[in-house]
Amino acid sequence: MPKYELILFKNMAQPGYKGSLEEYRETGGYTALEKVLKDISPAEVIDEVKKSGLRGRGGAGFPTGLKWSFIPKDQVGPRYLCCNADESEPGTYKDRQLMERDPHQMLEGMAICCYAIGAQRAYIYIRGEFDLGAEILERAIDEAYKAKVIGKDIFGSGFNLDISVHRGAGAYICGEETALLESIEGKRGKPRIKPPFPAIHGLYQEPTVINNVETLANVPHIINRGAEWFASIGVGKSTGTRIFSVSGHVKKPGNYEVPMGVTLREMIYEFAGGVRGDKQLKAFIPGGASAPMMKPEHLDTPMDFESVAAAGSMLGSGAITVMDEDTCIVWAATNLMEFFHHESCGQCTPCREGSAWVLQILYRIEQGHGRAGDVDQLEYLCKHIEGKTVCAFGEAEIGPILSSINHFRAEYEQHIEEKGCPFHPNAALSMAH
Amino acid sequence: MRFKVLSKATIERIEAEFPKYPDKRSLTLPALRFAQEEIGYVSEPAMIDIAELLDLTPIQVYEVATFYSQYNMKPVGKYLIQVCKTLACSLVGAMPIVEHIQNSLGIGIGGTTEDGVFSLKVVECLAACGSAPMMQINNRYYEHLTPEKVDRILSDLKQHGESDLATGPFMLPVLQG
Repeated sequence: MPKYELILFKNMAQPGYKGSLEEYRETGGYTALEKVLKDISPAEVIDEVKKSGLRGRGGAGFPTGLKWSFIPKDQVGPRYLCCNADESEPGTYKDRQLMERDPHQMLEGMAICCYAIGAQRAYIYIRGEFDLGAEILERAIDEAYKAKVIGKDIFGSGFNLDISVHRGAGAYICGEETALLESIEGKRGKPRIKPPFPAIHGLYQEPTVINNVETLANVPHIINRGAEWFASIGVGKSTGTRIFSVSGHVKKPGNYEVPMGVTLREMIYEFAGGVRGDKQLKAFIPGGASAPMMKPEHLDTPMDFESVAAAGSMLGSGAITVMDEDTCIVWAATNLMEFFHHESCGQCTPCREGSAWVLQILYRIEQGHGRAGDVDQLEYLCKHIEGKTVCAFGEAEIGPILSSINHFRAEYEQHIEEKGCPFHPNAALSMAH
Repeated sequence: MRFKVLSKATIERIEAEFPKYPDKRSLTLPALRFAQEEIGYVSEPAMIDIAELLDLTPIQVYEVATFYSQYNMKPVGKYLIQVCKTLACSLVGAMPIVEHIQNSLGIGIGGTTEDGVFSLKVVECLAACGSAPMMQINNRYYEHLTPEKVDRILSDLKQHGESDLATGPFMLPVLQG
């Protein structure tokens, strides 16, 4: 018997559920939208979301209602909602499931958000590789227009809303909210300097909210079942469920929806079945590639924003990647640095050049040419990237490097002293870039 | 003739998107995608056509095309194989899959077979980490790969132009605690 009630996955857990508008409405779909359009003022919707404690599921965990409340109330002119479906944080694949299997859930959440912030135009920025997801969303949007749950004069309320899918084209950085805006505007995805924040100067310089798919998918449930109900799930300031994407060396990888606050041990050993081949756990990443690595001693950390931060990492996008005892930590750090180096947008010198230098040193250590002082040099470089970039990418790329040095310094030193990798002497790194 | 290479159909496809945006420049990414779908890659004349259509300078289109990894700046094979190598995939055997493809097709990373049917790239995270190792071929995902499965996929594509091993909708399992 499952311990926890499903919320976001509830519909799709029904056998044969294919996420059509008709099926979604049979489960009570679009009644939350109808209810807010007929009976609840935009300000009250924002208050309800604030009271629910819902926080952004993309990574930063910013309070959603508060974000919506930053949109100027009396300013005339257009305002926008952008749904962030770029899902690029390595390890994360939850939004893909929400979009492919129950697209109307997030569309309804988007419509409620647009009503609350007074936006009549919304875009779903979906990563270019999600061709299947984009097709499913486009079909769902067509259905929604035909059923008049989006479009003109929705439920006779006089509220108009257009939603379109905008496909990305392969760039991790476009998951950063201002880079995402640049990309919709048809430019290179280079993050903007903040402030001004998107709530004031966002898409086309107009007030804009950017919310993750999972964040928006929660909204209809908050309206239907109430903020208090939502706030009763989870722990402390981390309310509701979270979809955790588990990957790497576990027996049952996959997306698990559980209340926030479940421990990492429970997730890895109970739900995901433990480490493959019953090997020892060496390290894991608790919140996507940007989150600092953790060790077995951290397994009892509850998975909520505060507890994971207090343990020195971050809950981030909720993606848990597990590494067993045979994994070389220098190799793992190098693999992730290849990713970050490839994905650096190139705008800020410390990130663009720093990522290349860090990667060069990591290659050198992993391939047996490490020099005395290299580990100190890595730390020095990382500290000169941190805080010196326009966006949080700088902090993201040093997370796996500094944490792996912090937890496994001896392993780095061993590579240098023994002039090679003790785990896989012919370690294949892609070096594809 | 106003446009050099893009067909009337592609131009109309781009123009049909105009009402969705207050600024034509927003069509840069979709236009590049449509152009690539028509001619297989993003050629210079195609970018000039897009600039003309969107009232941009060619460099404004070019700088976008070179920023995003999905635009092919050179022709590629009929089937572009992109194997993910980021951590979750690499932990469970992405590189052996890459090696297997290299050996079966006799091409290196970045190469195209002589008959122009397959090209191979190694790419960063495609958000299918729970069903690793995985690859994308053209617009579809292939997950839980093994060398045997890869052989069948490549042979299906070569012979029939499609493979039923591609990931379809509704295939991600619902899991709970």
